[in-house]
Amino acid sequence: MADLTTTFAGIKSPNPFWLASAPPTDKAYNVVRAFEAGWGGVVWKTLGEEGPPVVNVNGPRYGAIWGADRRLLGLNNIELITDRDLQTNLREIKQVKRDWPDRALVVSIMVPCEEESWKAILPLVEETGADGIELNFGCPHGMSERGMGSAVGQVPEYVEMVARWCKQYTRMPVITKLTPNITDIRKPARAAFSGGSDAVSLINTINSITAVDLDSFSPEPSIDGKGTHGGYCGPAVKPIALSMVSEIARDPEMRGKLISGIGGITTWRDAAEFMALGAGTVQVCTAAMTYGFKIVQEMITGLSNYMDEKGFTSVDDLVGRAVPNVTDWQYLNLNYVTKARINQDLCISCGRCHIACEDTSHQAIFNEVDGKRMFVVNDEECVGCNLCVNVCPVEDCITMEQLAPGQLDERTGKRVAEDYANWTTHPNNPMAKVREPAE
Amino acid sequence: MAIGQFAKGVAAGRLDPEQYAENFSDLHEPFTEHEARVEADRCYFCYDAPCMNACPTQIDIPMFIRQIATENPLGSAKTIFDQNILGGMCARVCPTETLCEEACVREAAEGKPVQIGRLQRYATDVAISQDVQFYERAPRSGKRVAVVGAGPAGLACAHRLAMHGHDVTVFDAREKPGGLNEYGIAAYKSVDGFAQAEVDYLVEIGGIAIENGKALGREIALSGLVADYDAVFLGMGLGGVNDLHAEGEDAAVNAVDFIAELRQASDLSALPVGRRVVVIGGGMTAIDAAVQSKLLGAEDVTICYRRGKENMNASVFEQDLAAANGVTIRHWLAPKRVLTEDGKVTGIELEYTMLDNARLTGTGEVLILPADQVFKAIGQTFASSALNGSGPVIALENGRIKVDAEGRTSLDRVWAGGDCVAGGEDLTVSAVAMGRDAADSINRALGA
Ligand SMILES: Cc1cc2nc3c(=O)[nH]c(=O)nc-3n(C[C@H](O)[C@H](O)[C@H](O)COP(=O)(O)OP(=O)(O)OC[C@H]3O[C@@H](n4cnc5c(N)ncnc54)[C@H](O)[C@@H]3O)c2cc1C
Ligand SMILES: Cc1cc2nc3c(=O)[nH]c(=O)nc-3n(C[C@H](O)[C@H](O)[C@H](O)COP(=O)(O)O)c2cc1C
Ligand code: SF4
Ligand code: SF4
Ligand code: SF4
Repeated sequence: MADLTTTFAGIKSPNPFWLASAPPTDKAYNVVRAFEAGWGGVVWKTLGEEGPPVVNVNGPRYGAIWGADRRLLGLNNIELITDRDLQTNLREIKQVKRDWPDRALVVSIMVPCEEESWKAILPLVEETGADGIELNFGCPHGMSERGMGSAVGQVPEYVEMVARWCKQYTRMPVITKLTPNITDIRKPARAAFSGGSDAVSLINTINSITAVDLDSFSPEPSIDGKGTHGGYCGPAVKPIALSMVSEIARDPEMRGKLISGIGGITTWRDAAEFMALGAGTVQVCTAAMTYGFKIVQEMITGLSNYMDEKGFTSVDDLVGRAVPNVTDWQYLNLNYVTKARINQDLCISCGRCHIACEDTSHQAIFNEVDGKRMFVVNDEECVGCNLCVNVCPVEDCITMEQLAPGQLDERTGKRVAEDYANWTTHPNNPMAKVREPAE
Repeated sequence: MAIGQFAKGVAAGRLDPEQYAENFSDLHEPFTEHEARVEADRCYFCYDAPCMNACPTQIDIPMFIRQIATENPLGSAKTIFDQNILGGMCARVCPTETLCEEACVREAAEGKPVQIGRLQRYATDVAISQDVQFYERAPRSGKRVAVVGAGPAGLACAHRLAMHGHDVTVFDAREKPGGLNEYGIAAYKSVDGFAQAEVDYLVEIGGIAIENGKALGREIALSGLVADYDAVFLGMGLGGVNDLHAEGEDAAVNAVDFIAELRQASDLSALPVGRRVVVIGGGMTAIDAAVQSKLLGAEDVTICYRRGKENMNASVFEQDLAAANGVTIRHWLAPKRVLTEDGKVTGIELEYTMLDNARLTGTGEVLILPADQVFKAIGQTFASSALNGSGPVIALENGRIKVDAEGRTSLDRVWAGGDCVAGGEDLTVSAVAMGRDAADSINRALGA
C-alpha cells in the first residue's frame, strides 16, 4: 500500500487530508472525533483577539444550491471566526495536540492588521504546542467589513506585511490562506512568500448570494427579511480553486513553493487532482459538513488504491505531476484535430447532441439517415469542440477521435500537419512571432 | 380472515371490511413533490422526443416534465391539457408501457423509462385540486353542436368545441357522464371519484350542457340532431359484447357489466363474487375483471385465452399485474360449454386449441374447470342499431362507424370518434385525440 504520510512545511501528518478551518474544527469535541475518524490534520477554526469574542447571527447562516435529489452542490455561509473565548480555544488546542501527537494541528488566526495584535497572539498559540499557524486573509463577509479577512487578502502589501510580522514573532511554520475574491491570485501569493510564508493555502470562500426568495424578495440565507453576501464553497467551487492552485504552481516566481489545496474537495479523486496540480496537502470543509467525518476513509483508500495502480509509492510522486501540462492558450497545438464519433451501439437516440450542435454550435450532427432517426457526425462541419460529448447522457457514447497526421480534415479540406504549431506562429495572428512553447 | 372467504358459490362479503379499501386503493401511489422533481430530473429533454411521438395526443412530454423539474406544476399541467384535456385520467389509465414509456430513450438505455404517467398525474393533480382553469372560450360563435356520448371522445370534443366558442350539448344514455372512465376503468386506477372530478373540472370552461339519461335511438334520434344542430359528433363507444359461441353462454356474466357494477358500488363488501372464477378473454377487460374478482376475495381466478401469450392484447405489464395478484393465466383454451346445475354455474368446459396453418382449431382434448362464476371478456361490439334505427344510414366499416382522417362520417355534418369508429386503438387516450381533432374539424367546417 502506498505511503500517504506527508511532511508539509515541516508539519507531519499520516495522510494529506486535513480539515479546513471551519465549523468541523471549532472545538476539541469535533477535532477529536475527526482524528478518531482518521483525518490527518486540522486547521483549527480561526481565532480572534483576546477579549469578548465575535457574535454570530442567531438565524440561518447557510444558503445552498442543490441537484435534483437534494445533492448539495454548493454551500454559502455568513459565519464569522470563532465565537468562543480565546483562552478556551487555546486550552483545548493544547490538550488535543498532547493527546494526538501524530496529527497535524494548525491554528488559524485573524486579528486586526496591526503589528501589536499579531505580536500579542502568536506566543499564546505557540505555547499550545500547535504545529503551525494559518493566516486567515480570506473570509469575505463580516470580518472584511472590520478591515480583516479578505480586506487584507485583497491587498498584497498587507499580506506581505502581516506574514513578515508572523515570521518575526513565532518560530511556527506560517501558512497564508488566500482569498479568491481577487483578479490575479498570483499577486497575493507572491506577496505571502516574499513576506516569508512557508506555504499558501487556497481557496477560501467566494463572495456569493445563493438565491433570492421570490416571495419575500430577501436574499438567502435570510435574517429577518434581509441577507448579505456570504462565502461560497463545496463541489461547485472546485474548478475555480483548481485553476487558482495551478496558477500559483506554474508561476516561475513561485516554483516549488508549498500549496495546501482547498475548495470543493469531496472525494479522493478531487484530492488527487489538487495534488497533481501542486498541492502538498488538501483541506476539506463542505464535504465533511455534508456527510460527516467518515468520508475520510473513502479518501484514504481511494487515493491509496489509485497510487498503487499507478505505481506511486509516496505522495511526492503525485504532487505537481500535472503542472507542466498547464499552459497558456497561445501554446496549444493548433494542428491537433479531432472529430466527434458516435458509437451507434451505445447511442439511445435522445437527440441532445444534435440539437446542441444544431442550435448552438456548428450544425455538424445529422438527426436522420435514410429517413430514419439516427445521429451521425458530419465531418465536413465538425470543429471538434466537444460540446456534444458534454451533453450526451451516455458516458463514452461520443468520443473525440484525433485525426492522424496526413489524414484529410473534411471541414478545412486540408491534410493534418505532422508538426506542432500554435497561435504565436499562426499566419492569422498579427503579432505572430516564432517562439518556443512554455514548458 | 373473514369467514366469507371460502363461502361456496357467488357470495358477498368475502373479506374483512377494511381489506376492501386496501385492495382497491391507488395502483400507483401519487408522487410527492420531491419524488416528482427527482423523477423529472431523469428526463433528458430529448430533441424530437420519441415519447412525444408515441403519445396519441402528442403531449409535449419533455416540456411538461421540465416544468415539473423547475417547480412550475401549473405550467406543466397546461402543457398537458393543451393537447389532452383528459390528461389526468390518461395519466392513470394509459398503458404507458406500450406508449410513451416504451419509446422513452431511458427504456432503451437502462430498461427504466422516465415515469411519464406518474409525472403527468402529479402535474394535472395540482391543477385540478386547485381548480385552476387555463382556457377561456372564444367569443360565442352562435353555432350549436350535439355530442352523443360523454366518454373520453365526447368530452374531449365538447371541451375543444367550447374553446372555439360553440355551444355544446352532450347527450349520454347513462346516469353519469364519463363513459368508461366512470363505468369501465379498473377501480384501483381511478380512485376517489376522479372521473367525476375531471368531468366537473372540464365543463367549467362553460358552454357545455350535459344531458344524462338521453340515448340516441331512444329519447333522441340522429335525424333530429342533424336538423336541430349545426353539427353532430358521435362518441358512443361500444354498446354490445361479443358472443362466446359456447353452449349455456347465458349463464356467463358480461365482464364489462360486472366492472360497471363494481365501479358504481357504494359498498364493495356487498358485491357478490364467485369463490372460483373463470374469465374468458385476453385483453385489458379480461385482466381487469380477473384482478378485481381476486381483490373482492375470490379464492381462485383463472383467465382462459384461446391463443398464446404473445397474442394477448393485454400488455406484459397488465399480465404481470394479474400474476402478482394471484390470477392464473392459461393459454390455448377455447370455451365450449358453461356448465350449470339448478341454474347456477358449476364449471366451464373448454377445448384445447392449436394453430393449423395459421388457423385456430380445437385439438379435441377437453378440460373442465370448476367455477361458480364465468365472465366473458372477449371484446365489445358497436351497437349500430341506435344509429340506423333513428335516422339516415351511416356507412360502417368492420362493424364500426367509418370516418376519414378528420373524423368525418359518410353523413354531412356528422363526425365520430373514439371506440365507435373503425381502425382505432380502443384506448382512452386515442378516444381523446379523435374527439379533439374532430372538434377542430367541426370548427373549420362551421367557420367556412
Ligand atoms: C373494462 C375496460 C377497461 C379498460 N381499461 C382501459 C385502460 O386501463 N386504459 C385505457 O386506455 N383504456 C381502457 N379501456 C378502453 C377505454 O375505456 C375506451 O377506449 C374509451 O373509454 C373509449 O372512449 P369513448 O368515448 O369512445 O367511449 P366510452 O368511454 O365507451 O363512452 C361512450 C359513452 O357513450 C354513451 N352512449 C353509448 N351509446 C349511447 C347512445 N345510444 N346514446 C347516448 N349515449 C350513448 C355511453 O353511456 C358512454 O358514456 C378499457 C375498456 C374497458 C371496457
Ligand atoms: C461555515 C463556514 C465557516 C468558515 N469559517 C472559516 C474560518 O473561520 N476561517 C477560515 O480560514 N476559513 C473558513 N471557512 C472556509 C473553509 O475553511 C474553506 O476554505 C472553504 O469552505 C472551501 O473549502 P470546501 O469547499 O471544502 O468547503 C469557512 C467555511 C464555512 C462553510
Ligand atoms: S464536436 Fe462540436 S462541432 Fe463537432 S459534432 Fe460535436 S458539438 Fe458539433
Ligand atoms: S446525445 Fe448521445 S445518446 Fe443522445 S443521440 Fe446523441 S449520441 Fe446518441
Ligand atoms: S424520451 Fe424519456 S428522456 Fe426523452 S424526453 Fe421523453 S421522457 Fe424525457
